[in-house]
Amino acid sequence: MAEFLQLTIYGIVAGSIFSLGAIGLSLVYGILRFPHFAHGDLITLGAYFTLLPVSILGAPPELSFFFGVAATMVVAVAVDQILYRRLRKVAPVILLIASVGVALILRSLVQLFWGAGNQYYSQGIDMPWRLSGVNVKPDHLLIVAGAVILVVLLHLFLQKTKTGKAMRAMSDNADLAQVTGIEVNKVIIWTWVIGGGMAAAAGIFLGLDTRLHPVMGWRILLPVFAAAILGGIGRPYGAIVGGLIIGLAQEYSTVILSPPYKPAVAFALMVIMLIFKPTGLFAGRKA
Amino acid sequence: MAGIIEYAMFTLCLIGIYGILALGLNIQWGLTGLFNIGVAAFFAVGAYTSGILTGPPSEAHLGGFAMPLLVGMLGAIVTSGILALLVGLITLNLRADYLAIASIGIAEIVRLFLKTEGWLTGGVRGMEIGRPFEDWLGGNFTLNFLIFTIIVVAIVYVLLEIARRAPWGRVLRSIRENEDATMAAGKSVLAFRLQAFVLGSCVMGLAGAMYAHFFGFLSPEAFRPMLATFLVWVMLIAGGSGNNKGALIGALVIWLIWSGTEFATGLLPADLSTRAGSLRILLIGILLEIILVTRPEGLLSEAGERKRQIAREKRRAGEET
Repeated sequence: MAEFLQLTIYGIVAGSIFSLGAIGLSLVYGILRFPHFAHGDLITLGAYFTLLPVSILGAPPELSFFFGVAATMVVAVAVDQILYRRLRKVAPVILLIASVGVALILRSLVQLFWGAGNQYYSQGIDMPWRLSGVNVKPDHLLIVAGAVILVVLLHLFLQKTKTGKAMRAMSDNADLAQVTGIEVNKVIIWTWVIGGGMAAAAGIFLGLDTRLHPVMGWRILLPVFAAAILGGIGRPYGAIVGGLIIGLAQEYSTVILSPPYKPAVAFALMVIMLIFKPTGLFAGRKA
Repeated sequence: MAGIIEYAMFTLCLIGIYGILALGLNIQWGLTGLFNIGVAAFFAVGAYTSGILTGPPSEAHLGGFAMPLLVGMLGAIVTSGILALLVGLITLNLRADYLAIASIGIAEIVRLFLKTEGWLTGGVRGMEIGRPFEDWLGGNFTLNFLIFTIIVVAIVYVLLEIARRAPWGRVLRSIRENEDATMAAGKSVLAFRLQAFVLGSCVMGLAGAMYAHFFGFLSPEAFRPMLATFLVWVMLIAGGSGNNKGALIGALVIWLIWSGTEFATGLLPADLSTRAGSLRILLIGILLEIILVTRPEGLLSEAGERKRQIAREKRRAGEET
């Protein structure tokens, strides 16, 4: 029982991180209609940007968080306006190839500036609390609480603001939304602001939970994609549920499978979903 | 001087191996429109299969059957083909972008498998396989391997060019252009996609076998899967997808640029040179984006190839009359 609880905690922590990544991926996929392969590297970038105030000014990671998120938002919008915008008229698959290129560019930039080795936000061990045989680290609480706050903010943005509503409309049916006079480019920019910011938060939490590494984001791209597909493309709420399912499934799988194969579980769930219900749990976009 | 010739031959061997990979990807993406970014998976499976079949006996992992080179290459083609068949049966019904996502999953799982299952692959310590033709033609391995590579590239190129021009190749291109119309013409789209996917992966497996024997040593890190996959994609897009000649020219041009960046970063001050690898990838990444924005059809475009072919046929017809 204690083992089950322990895995559940790890699963929720991993799931929160996947959810944050999947929200942006799902929105971009729904609105711009291409799978954004550089999303993993936006995750990495967010984590590393947060390192700057920590290492230069000695600021605590909690405050540097805002710097990392803001800087990643700027990069996401810049990449879109400089590169993706020029390719929007051609087939979405060209955007897909371009995003693979962006993934490599971002990763090599991270390696150039920060080196290829592991980095940490803070030295020393985060002492876990032991509650009836279950280990909980303070960082775990921070990650889950942070994810919940961000999701609530996202919810308010999508439901209460005009831009948020326009974004949901675009993600539902882009043609119909354009006819009603939605400013497409503005919505697209906001999509990258949200997507980039959420990705950065995912990266920072991942770095807090484990360590910083230039391929940290690329390695979780598969579960993040799986979460977005499970929840339904273009469905940010679905992405949250999808992320938690993938996170929990990966952790529970370690009871029978050897831990290195965790990504295979995400892959299997994703393929099963694509075969039997390609619109995802929350009936997202199929075509 | 001898060093330069040796280096040129070494480079040409690698260009040949990457050219075979690009030809394999051309069947999948160029002709059929199947988006596979798990190239490295089939490449690695081919390499390890051939390594296990032909390598010397070892305590550390399975293998040591010491079979002839051709058996190893055949084995590489068969196993990567089987992997492609299994993967294809599950994923080829999906749309191009879902297939792309699925293919990174496959590449990741293959990478984890090679790293984790040490009994089979030697794990992170790698696998020694030794090199063929050490004692042929005066014993210059690189020269012998270069001749061998040229023969293999020529065979693969001719076979694929025949396939591309045959009715079979036309069906693939029509699937790429308009799936519904192809289906309406009574072709089984799924069957043709599966054939194209398996054939392309077999060619990638063959390239893997060549790579394994060229270096004589395999380890999961030697593949740098993302880099290999990415370079092959840049080669195909730069050369012109849909065009076998373009795939080979792309391999040549991009590999020369890739080696050129090695020289360029070699001129950097020593404290920066440790990060030269990332700078090289950065440059290739930027090159890809420039190609996509300015010349997405590549150096030798498929449409241009068709035009040249028509012009040739007209000229020939003119001579006869």
